[in-house]
Amino acid sequence: MQQAVGAGPGSSTRMRCLYMFNRQGVCVHYHVWLRPLNALSRQEDQKLMFGLLFSLKSFTAKMDPVGGSKGQLGAAQLQGQGCSFHSFRTNTYKLSFMETPTGMKIVLVTDQKMGDLREALKHIYSNIYVEYVVKNPLYTPEMPFKCELFNLNLDNYVKNLT
Amino acid sequence: MASIYNLFVINKSGGLIFYKDYGSTGRLDTNDSLRLASLWHSMHAISIQLSPTLGCTGIEVLEADTFDLHCFQSLTGTKLFVASEPGAAGVTALLKTIYELYADYVLKNPFYEVEMPIRCELFELNLLQAIRKDKYSVGNR
Repeated sequence: MQQAVGAGPGSSTRMRCLYMFNRQGVCVHYHVWLRPLNALSRQEDQKLMFGLLFSLKSFTAKMDPVGGSKGQLGAAQLQGQGCSFHSFRTNTYKLSFMETPTGMKIVLVTDQKMGDLREALKHIYSNIYVEYVVKNPLYTPEMPFKCELFNLNLDNYVKNLT
Repeated sequence: MASIYNLFVINKSGGLIFYKDYGSTGRLDTNDSLRLASLWHSMHAISIQLSPTLGCTGIEVLEADTFDLHCFQSLTGTKLFVASEPGAAGVTALLKTIYELYADYVLKNPFYEVEMPIRCELFELNLLQAIRKDKYSVGNR
């Protein structure tokens, strides 16, 4: 099912979309605010996004110029180990990334002029996701979710991000 | 401390044609630098596919925990990228300077074959000067 393209009433025009992946790489939540270009199908897009995050992480872990000796490129690492990344910017968008100690990955795609969103991602995780999704008694951990309260609070929160 | 840690130049098909280290710890061996270069080439291409709007030309800046990676893509598809200290200023300008040096000392060298590994003494010499100059001017800012 395709979600309507274009910003809904009152939503921020700077936000593009949000992805949440569990540690198996399954997209448990995908939210679109404004996305005129959909080059790939929904599923392909999510897979490609996870692949990009995964490879970028092994890239930065190996590239790390101050960390001393590192294993092979692409060697398995424990959560929180090795040099990771928190954002990248292209001429059309900025992608901010956070990984929780449980291996969940949260990705926020915004316009390219957005500032540092590390705190915002933490807030989305601990004050919105944990509060409205994890604490929902009907929610099975690691599974895709649809939660009205989560969407509502997320929308409200991202409106004021700069 | 240098303001940039290393420099990669990759050709339009993702092959590493120049790599130089300017003071990173645990330096990369040849195989690793080749792998990282081609990995960067593909991730640059994937980032274009994932763009939410038209007209994307790929990653320009990647902010990692311990370094920033700045990438410059020329019109012919040659990519230059450097790892710098996090938050270092003026790296985009430095990349432009490096590209000028590449145009002057590599492409204008009659013995250089395009898309092939760069072995030019003058290029390396001028590169070192440009990077040193940049380092001190950043220090004085």
